[in-house]
Amino acid sequence: MKQKRSILRNKGVQSLISSLLCILIGLLVGYIALLIINPEGAWDSIIAILKNFLNATKPSIQLKNLGNTLVKTAPLLMCALSVLFAYKVGLFNIGAAGQYVIGAATCLYLTLGAGMPWWAAFIIAALAGGVLGAISGALKAYCNVNVVISCIMLNWISLYGANLILGKVKEATSPYTLVLSSTNPGGVIPSLGLGELFGGNQYVGLAIPLAIIVAILIWVLLEKTKLGYELKATGLNPNAAKYCGMKERRNVILTMFIAGALAGMGAAMFYLTGYEQWQTTQASVPAMGFNGIAAAFLGGLNPIGAIFASYFIQHITSGGAYVDLTMYSSQTSDLISSLIIYLCGFVLFFKSFIDTRLDRKQEKELQKARAAEDSAGDSEDNEKGGDE
Amino acid sequence: MDENYAIEMLNITKRFPGIIANDNITLQLRRGEIHALLGENGAGKSTLMSVLFGLYQAEEGVIKKDGVEVQIKDPNDATALGIGMVHQHFKLIECFTVLDNIILGVETTKLGFLQKAEARRKVTELIDRYGLNVDLDAKIEDVTVGMQQRTEILKMLYRENEILIFDEPTAVLTPQEIEELMHIMRNLVAEGKSILFISHKLNEIMEVADRCTVLRKGKYVGTVSIAETSKEALSRMMVGRDVEFVVQKDEAKPKDVVLDVRGLTVASRTHPNDAVKGVDFQVRAGEIVCVAGIDGNGQTELVYGITGLENAKAGTITLCGHDITHAPIRRRNAELSHIPEDRHKHGLVLDYTLEDNMVLESYFDPRFVTKAGFLRRRAIREYAEGLIEQYDVRSGQGPVTIARAMSGGNQQKAIVAREIDKSPELLIAVQPTRGLDVGAIEYIHRQIVAQRDNGMAVLLVSLELDEVMSLSDRILVMYEGEIVGELDPKTTTVEEMGLYMAGAKRKGA
Repeated sequence: MKQKRSILRNKGVQSLISSLLCILIGLLVGYIALLIINPEGAWDSIIAILKNFLNATKPSIQLKNLGNTLVKTAPLLMCALSVLFAYKVGLFNIGAAGQYVIGAATCLYLTLGAGMPWWAAFIIAALAGGVLGAISGALKAYCNVNVVISCIMLNWISLYGANLILGKVKEATSPYTLVLSSTNPGGVIPSLGLGELFGGNQYVGLAIPLAIIVAILIWVLLEKTKLGYELKATGLNPNAAKYCGMKERRNVILTMFIAGALAGMGAAMFYLTGYEQWQTTQASVPAMGFNGIAAAFLGGLNPIGAIFASYFIQHITSGGAYVDLTMYSSQTSDLISSLIIYLCGFVLFFKSFIDTRLDRKQEKELQKARAAEDSAGDSEDNEKGGDE
Repeated sequence: MDENYAIEMLNITKRFPGIIANDNITLQLRRGEIHALLGENGAGKSTLMSVLFGLYQAEEGVIKKDGVEVQIKDPNDATALGIGMVHQHFKLIECFTVLDNIILGVETTKLGFLQKAEARRKVTELIDRYGLNVDLDAKIEDVTVGMQQRTEILKMLYRENEILIFDEPTAVLTPQEIEELMHIMRNLVAEGKSILFISHKLNEIMEVADRCTVLRKGKYVGTVSIAETSKEALSRMMVGRDVEFVVQKDEAKPKDVVLDVRGLTVASRTHPNDAVKGVDFQVRAGEIVCVAGIDGNGQTELVYGITGLENAKAGTITLCGHDITHAPIRRRNAELSHIPEDRHKHGLVLDYTLEDNMVLESYFDPRFVTKAGFLRRRAIREYAEGLIEQYDVRSGQGPVTIARAMSGGNQQKAIVAREIDKSPELLIAVQPTRGLDVGAIEYIHRQIVAQRDNGMAVLLVSLELDEVMSLSDRILVMYEGEIVGELDPKTTTVEEMGLYMAGAKRKGA
């Protein structure tokens, strides 16, 4: 143990470097894609994406736009937490998208249709997402159904279920749900005066600090508690978990319940701000849940890392709106941010890449050192060897 | 230098980061000899063979074939030089016939069609010449382990290999099959083949080898002629000190029945028949009862049934007077400890730290967790440090070492420490010394005997006959899911046990 460990061996440093590498390569690939489509505006567009809210000239507008990005970061963070929590327990929760949808449907219906206050809708939305997650968990625990498959199917079931339910609270002339602030002002998450800090952005409120608090709570749960110890052990080695008497079935269901609840809560954090109305004719699952996967990995599967990763991804996604539409079609911005998000999934790959590079370097150095002391060592070894 | 060397590995040095796996090792294999390669786990035997096989490149040293220097860059080079190996875990395709497995990879074809008749003639010739008894048309999954091994040998012969490496070939065989293998090996060298025999079993080396090269901790200790050495001398070379072959223990003083198993039947995961078929036995406090048998005769499932990893299909299990047949695992764990057969599968969470693994079965104890559900990290650390010191578990960073980064022997010691420290009524130890070196084996054996003397009931499952004979107070032999014999280690012989293990003899018959 005399040789010092490279700082690059530190898991936290590795995660950070890998994440930054992913971002860099993602931007590069995005830039190349822009160059191919239309070389002229490529550089300006990539800068516009990166500047996001800074594209606005007036500081007050900048703040307001930053607020908008943050409003969308909160649900993304919750989806990221949902994915990473399940992942720590060895489950791939691709169903965060569906759990998010159910959360949205529940909170919107309860506030718009049943006139419930925001906090009740918020809690029930989380429970609904949790129940949907628990269904996948139970299928896994009792019938060994692959979580990914059951989650994907439930994603679609939730989407059309949501469209059906929210059809009852939509505007008469449009496919969108009623406006929350005018229909049920008590259904809006309170702003707590936070909106004033962001140029009077009415959507900025309790949801954002709440999401960060939940991220910290999830970190505490995973790292400090008996439950976290048990859930992680179950994820890392289900056989050992069974061997030492953990209830691995219960743990799988509980994990998926918590993961689902996080995603459902995320939906409530977003839709209860009134920022967006639900379009009851939409035919695809909102990207939020899927982006949560990228945010979870980009954040190094660490709840605290996820806070920053979620912000970055939302920053890029929102920044896409500033791409010059005279040169690129409106889908181009989605393409670029998707490319970057996609590359974010490669964090684990870069981590192992760093490790193998270090191994090789270490071996080479060792060989050099050995070569130097070899002539002295050789004769001694031979003497020891021969006498038995 | 003697002209008669088939293969020579001269002054081989192979390094890995932080460790010298082979340090200036010389191994010279004469044509027509059986040359044993002896050493504990981690002595560098596998690395040396991997160098010979082209899987690793040595930093220093040369390899000579028939006195001519050769380069072995990959396994294809090795094959071209006529080097063949029977691996410890056979590389056979279960659903293919013996013949198909033999010709696999070097099939004779005409216009893309297999010419099996031609191959069959050639293989039959080899069978007759070397006295290898196999059924060419049987599928691998249906034949005995011994026949699978002979299939592997035929694979080498069919490829006209001259240098045959046997990697721990006797680990999976019954005493009778081992006899037969020894006979085959002698036939092979009589026909001019040269054999490298990797083993750590001194009896077998003494019986069959001509010469023996000993490695210890990556270093070359020496090469001796078997005719001029003794078992004791070899073991001294291997371990570097005298080793007790016999476990020191007093007469057992069995007391109350701790474990009472009646008619236990456990279904099999792999085939439609039951793995354990109505087994009855008892284990008393203060005795070591050993379940012997060839791998795969229901020992694993028997233990799963008792520990709750698998449900009992029929029968009852009584532990300390209460029925635990359908009790949850955690309730059973309160009174029994289980050193599992597969330490990676069941025994450890490899990505957890050593300290977290030490509390794997007690993390829920109020000592280690607050009422609110938070782990008492300091208490866990202190407890783990205590066990690490008491049981001499060695690791790079102490309690915070990731279990995966520890050596197999120390992983096993950690499990033994954890399980024995629970001071249960019943200790179930399955192959507790598998893959360990002589020093660690001695240590674990002493621990098990000490627990017996403290009044613990011990149920030991082992495939190592030496371990069975030296450690147990009573022997139960399992064959095809049944207990076919109960033997007294003081009066029985290895040969008699072998007959029971192979199903040739059973009690009352």
